[in-house]
Amino acid sequence: MADFRMPSLGADMEEGTVLEWLVHPGDTVHKGDVVAVVDTAKAAVEVETFVEGVVTELLVDVGSKVPVGTPLARIADHQHAAPPKTAVTPEPPEHAVPPEPPERQRPPEHPVTPLIRTLAAELGVDLASVTGTGAHGRITRRDVQRAAAASAQTPVAVAEAPPTTPEPSRRPVTPYARRLARELGVDLSTVVVDDVIDADDVRRAAARPATSPPPEPAIRPAPAAAPRPATEPPSAPAGRPGDSHDRMRETIGRLMARSKREIPHYYLSTTVDLAQARGWMQERNRDLPVGERLVLASLMLKATALAVRKHPQLNGFWVDDAFVPGTGVHLGVAISLRGGGLVAPAIHDADRLGVDELMSAMRDLVTRARAGRLRGTEMSDPTLTVTNLGDQGVESVHGVIYPPQVALVGFGRVVERPWAVDGMLAVRPVVSLTLAADHRATDGFSGGRLLATIDQLLQRPEEL
Amino acid sequence: MSQILTDEQARDAVTAAVLRIVPDAEIDTLDDDEPIRDAFELDSMDFLSFVELLSDGSGARIDEEDYPRLTTMADCVEFLTHRSA
Repeated sequence: MADFRMPSLGADMEEGTVLEWLVHPGDTVHKGDVVAVVDTAKAAVEVETFVEGVVTELLVDVGSKVPVGTPLARIADHQHAAPPKTAVTPEPPEHAVPPEPPERQRPPEHPVTPLIRTLAAELGVDLASVTGTGAHGRITRRDVQRAAAASAQTPVAVAEAPPTTPEPSRRPVTPYARRLARELGVDLSTVVVDDVIDADDVRRAAARPATSPPPEPAIRPAPAAAPRPATEPPSAPAGRPGDSHDRMRETIGRLMARSKREIPHYYLSTTVDLAQARGWMQERNRDLPVGERLVLASLMLKATALAVRKHPQLNGFWVDDAFVPGTGVHLGVAISLRGGGLVAPAIHDADRLGVDELMSAMRDLVTRARAGRLRGTEMSDPTLTVTNLGDQGVESVHGVIYPPQVALVGFGRVVERPWAVDGMLAVRPVVSLTLAADHRATDGFSGGRLLATIDQLLQRPEEL
Repeated sequence: MSQILTDEQARDAVTAAVLRIVPDAEIDTLDDDEPIRDAFELDSMDFLSFVELLSDGSGARIDEEDYPRLTTMADCVEFLTHRSA
């Protein structure tokens, strides 16, 4: 008989909320099986059990927030399994989705996800009455919010709207305008035009004195996540305590503040010529179907994984004034979430995966991170994190280490630059490669050697 | 065995691909000349998924060199209606 407890899924996690049980009393579980979905302040994560046996009792209700370490379920040895007893009766999950195998990934399709269900519960919406307007009839966050607004009978921001539109505030908005509105803090329901709201309308609205504060809809790293919907009625939940997006930012903020406060960072940077790597990759991609092609990021990750194996003092944790080496090279990959927020889950044993397996694992991780389906071990295990902001147009990254790790490797954008080759001028695709490291664990010499090794490995991509 | 897509079919293929990646995407309001990656904040992984879905959905072969020709809806339609399966 053993307890399955609320795991710690990150350095600053103190408590978590059970969002969904994926097992019932009477089910047999094996080591590594996913048994529940837990909401930390940063993301919803699938947690695995390391205890084998038969689930006899679920101790915590869906929706309860409990401290890390709290027993969540009782698991008995097969021989000693008593007849299953439910102390609490969680609703059987309507759509218990098993974790997807790390093959070629497509975005997952679920009629209702746990996050949507929780949002509906918070807003008092009966999902059975909601029509899904998303792809394939799925219920989106906006569907739930619209249903909540409809039942709240809030006066909608109306103006001289065209009579043909039944709900005046549902004026269409171009995607760019929506993003601009978010950045400028413009409440789109107050923007009055006859047709489609575009970027100029938003800019004009931003220049006006604000009549009411822009509403803060509850944003979660949900599967249907996109820039905030335009149709937020003014009295929709505005900055409610426990608002997921705010909580995530708060948690990230605390972690980053702690990192800067406690970790004496040093920074190194170098520039890597990627002509060989890119040429090799393009040649290889030519013969591959789209789903199997590589991106440069996969080569960068592999090179980093192999390099840190040769410099293990940068692969591990600083705990109680001492360095603890990682059990393997579990590379954390920084992934941005739609709607804001950042997670850096691990690819386990990245040094042992082939480049195409690494690519596959990376795509799978990104998909699941954005869908809120990461696993507990992915959150707690990274031994070194790599961040790649190249897509954002950033040339070089000087990052903040995720405690208790001791290093962060950063790749910027690949750019064409003049380069000296054999005493002559050439143009090469180059990338800025940086290291932020904990000066308690290593010094510039070791850090410099790590970067040099990554560079060397990227010059021989066929050996990655 | 080659099948040329109509404009309509090409548009549908692009729409379907975007919606699979960003289910909430307001693709009806996308300008034909608006860069798709910017409009829907697709990073390089998303773009790869987009190309894959587009290729599967339209039956067209898409090489890496073709990626720059898939910037806007107009570009995509132009490309897909001239590239057969």
